[in-house]
Amino acid sequence: MTLLEVKDLKVSFPTADGVVRAVRGVSFTVDAGRTLGIVGESGSGKSVMTQTLLGLTPGGEISGSAVFDGVDLLTLGEDEMRKVRGAQISVIFQDPLTSMHPLYRVGWQISELIRAHDKSVSKREARERSIDLLRRVGIPRPETRVDDYPHQFSGGMRQRAIIAMALALSPKLIIADEPTTALDATVQAQILDLLLELQRESDTALIMITHDMGVVADIADDVMVMYAGRAAERAGKDDIFYAPHHPYTKGLLESIPNSSAGGDRLKPITGQPPSLIRLPSGCKFHPRCGYVMDRCLSEEPTLRPVGDDGYHVSACWLPTAAAGLSEQAEEIRKKTVRAERSEASEQIAEEIAAAPESEGSVI
Amino acid sequence: MSVPGTENAAAQQANGQQPAPPDSDDDILVRIENVKKYFPIKSVGFTRRTVGQVHAVDDVSLTIPRGRTLGLVGETGCGKSTLARCVAGLIPITSGSITFDGQKISGLSRRAMQPFRREIQMIFQDPYGSLNPRQRVGSIIGEPFAIHNMASGNDRKKRVQELMERVGLNPEHFNRFPAEFSGGQRQRIGVARALAVRPKLIICDEPVSALDVSIQAQVLNLLADLQDEFGLSYLFIAHDLEVVRHVSHAVAVMYLGRIAEAGPKDPVYDHPRHPYTAALLSAAPAADPRTAAQRQRIILVGDVPSPIDPPSGCRFHPRCPKAQDLCQHEDPPLEVKPGDPVTHQAACHFPVQDGEDLATAGSATSAAGSRESA
Repeated sequence: MTLLEVKDLKVSFPTADGVVRAVRGVSFTVDAGRTLGIVGESGSGKSVMTQTLLGLTPGGEISGSAVFDGVDLLTLGEDEMRKVRGAQISVIFQDPLTSMHPLYRVGWQISELIRAHDKSVSKREARERSIDLLRRVGIPRPETRVDDYPHQFSGGMRQRAIIAMALALSPKLIIADEPTTALDATVQAQILDLLLELQRESDTALIMITHDMGVVADIADDVMVMYAGRAAERAGKDDIFYAPHHPYTKGLLESIPNSSAGGDRLKPITGQPPSLIRLPSGCKFHPRCGYVMDRCLSEEPTLRPVGDDGYHVSACWLPTAAAGLSEQAEEIRKKTVRAERSEASEQIAEEIAAAPESEGSVI
Repeated sequence: MSVPGTENAAAQQANGQQPAPPDSDDDILVRIENVKKYFPIKSVGFTRRTVGQVHAVDDVSLTIPRGRTLGLVGETGCGKSTLARCVAGLIPITSGSITFDGQKISGLSRRAMQPFRREIQMIFQDPYGSLNPRQRVGSIIGEPFAIHNMASGNDRKKRVQELMERVGLNPEHFNRFPAEFSGGQRQRIGVARALAVRPKLIICDEPVSALDVSIQAQVLNLLADLQDEFGLSYLFIAHDLEVVRHVSHAVAVMYLGRIAEAGPKDPVYDHPRHPYTAALLSAAPAADPRTAAQRQRIILVGDVPSPIDPPSGCRFHPRCPKAQDLCQHEDPPLEVKPGDPVTHQAACHFPVQDGEDLATAGSATSAAGSRESA
């Protein structure tokens, strides 16, 4: 069952330097009980996009639609949005240090959330429910720890408390924005396991925003790779990892140090992400793409099916058969590229090949 | 191209002008022996009495060979950054000794330490916080020349621009401010600054943690190239185990101020002996869904205990899936376990055997280990 359907969402912010086009037309759906992983580098628009869904981007110019459970979130007023936020959609942010108020007790903060959405709950009842929630997320001795201040919790425990808050009102959708980035590996493993377990128990949908392909490999069902405010590729998890079509997805996978792949050198993506104020022409990835062709310079590709299932879509002009990490796929890519290049794109390709290690010049 | 003077320094070394260390361990650049670093905790109020000690680094011995990389891994608060600061001479050590290039550098006066500061440079984690925002890039990279009286005027400018080119920056951006560069480029500025005075050792404290994956790979490749070109040694600190495995020749795993396990990277990664190493490795996210699905995670119970009052015996015992009575009373020495190469050491009474299933063992003893720390 489709819980959230986002269509052609665009967000831009007018600034003194020009219009920042943070999100430039993104569409996706999330089903109940599923996990969508959204991957992208800093500035790819992944956080702005989800914040917009919750009405947290004041000052942004927003268009498109985001239908959640039959209601278009983008048309809701502040008061109506407040009823959705926390109760039906809750958010877990990256930094467990700053997402809690330092001067209020942990239990008080959870109780406040419960009572803000339902005035009929008594203080005592809210406290009881807070203790239950803390127990559910694995805080030891919740009866006493409920009266602790956030600074008395470790980073991992604080993130657990935040998850307890996110669960407090049994939301249908949880948006987790880099929830484990600030945590150590062993704690990260605990938190990811906890999220998965809770999701299974309650059939909640989860949107996991991250820059870490390892986190995605662990818990996502579907993956959307974002680049410069748009989806570059979207597919089931296995297709993204084993049959990526977009050269950006392929580049991301290849730049991760991997002991099993061997080799002394990493294969980074050349250059750096573009400025969202002055975007390149055509495909926004072309200045960094080793497979750049003539049409990439002038025409921006849109998402089209590249797999057998119809769900795997990619915004790249390379032929459908070029999906994958195999040598065959590489042959197809090279052949296509040779046929489709003239002077202009050849020059860009040569520059990329000549300076694979440099980040290019700042704009 | 190369940084001017580097060949010179290398030649000097080859000619034996550098005094050879008495124990003739020529290939060891840094020797850390039984180093302890305790921070006193003062009482609040007028008397400021010392009421306790934070055991940040507690009896650590390690060596860094010339031209090699020692990776140091461990979780927040395990003491890895404190150890790095001790080696760099930024903070005095409580006891033990640190030998650099055959000479003892721990306990030296500021003045006596000065020549070694040139040889030991640091690259920091945060490319935003480690560069003065009001200083131009040229002057940031050129400052070490000024401090060590190495070059001035046009010569300095020329050297700075050569350095910028070497680390992949456009030398024409000499006059720009750090704010005009991206995160990855700022980290390159940090690398150029560290490289300026031709150090022998560069301490990299989480140098790529703040960077995006694609940029991270660029900086890691740059560091590897510079090591080959200049024969640098690195002390490389990171929490990303795959990154450490990629760059390091040897690794040391720290837990609560102690070395839990140390050795050449492949034995440590492929056949971890310490349950903590095994847990760390099993918890690291793998960017491969099949591996992720097959892997048995060892979930550790609780949090890292406080270094103010570390647990008795083995410091890992309250969280260890294999802990027994002995572990509570007796601190295991760091030693070679049967069947391991002599360079591979672990501090554990009951070392992990290949193929042993710790993931399920953990759930059985988790009740015993659920002692809470914070």
